[in-house]
Amino acid sequence: MTGLLDQPLAIGGHSFRSRLFVGTGKYQSNPAMIAAIEASGAECVTVAVRRVDLDRTREAGVLHHLDPAKYFLLANTAGCYSADEAVRYARLGREAGFNDFVKLEVIGDQETLLPDVAGLLAAAAELVADGFTVLAYTNDDLITALRLEQIGCAAVMPLASPIGSGLGLLNPYSIRTIKKRLRVPVIVDAGVGTASDACLVMEQGVDGILMNTAIAEAEDPVLMAAAMRRATEAGRLAFLAGRMPRREIAAPSSPTKGMAG
Amino acid sequence: MELIVNGEARRFEHGLTAAELLAELELDQRAVVVELNRRIVRRPELDQTQLGDGDSVELVHFVGGG
Repeated sequence: MTGLLDQPLAIGGHSFRSRLFVGTGKYQSNPAMIAAIEASGAECVTVAVRRVDLDRTREAGVLHHLDPAKYFLLANTAGCYSADEAVRYARLGREAGFNDFVKLEVIGDQETLLPDVAGLLAAAAELVADGFTVLAYTNDDLITALRLEQIGCAAVMPLASPIGSGLGLLNPYSIRTIKKRLRVPVIVDAGVGTASDACLVMEQGVDGILMNTAIAEAEDPVLMAAAMRRATEAGRLAFLAGRMPRREIAAPSSPTKGMAG
Repeated sequence: MELIVNGEARRFEHGLTAAELLAELELDQRAVVVELNRRIVRRPELDQTQLGDGDSVELVHFVGGG
């Protein structure tokens, strides 16, 4: 439906019809993950880089289940706590994958998983110089977002609230401000808990939204994925439509004249 | 020859190339990335890359993540 009413989202020369990006972590099983991703309508899905399990006690890699011809695989640097480590993981991801995109995360604190801004800026600069298309996960801080854009990131990904928290959009003002000031796409990453959160995020005018836990940890991930797809579209269309002004008093919807005497 | 593979010491009877190590471990070259002493071995180089005693090898792939 949105296809007729909205433009595709362009990032680093690639065009995405869906503005919803989803993660592939935390699912009960691979078939459950695939079913949820299909229901979400997402084209871009994130993956992590980890050691192969040589004892085969865990399931095989995600490529056995996700068709790279069908989905755009966006490698992340999740779990990296320094710029050097994130750069190393980005390079491993590029080698493992099918494109030069990276969702850059440099985490600064284990409890909140909030970004280490100094490390993020350093890693972003190195990866851009190395030819990566960098999508940078960051705080909802305008100045950091502007610096990431200046460095050459292809998209900036401020958080709605901490990763996996499900707390929803904590600071709509910050997100709106970032969107207003940046020229590169703004994709809100992390923190949504349910469909209304996704809708509210998109109503701020951002270009897209990325989520994982809200779908994977729902009681029914497929239903939640379907809800998130609709919420993302609804929020986007509501933003494009332009909401009515807020009024502190009522205004009748039916004519006040012509009442029967 | 002893290699450190994903942090664990492993003994091999004879010398190996990176490609032979993957074959020995029954891993698909197309789905695994080899890092030898912190340097990525690109796929076309796997056949020619000889591993030496004490080398540290990381074998990574994509897993589910957000």
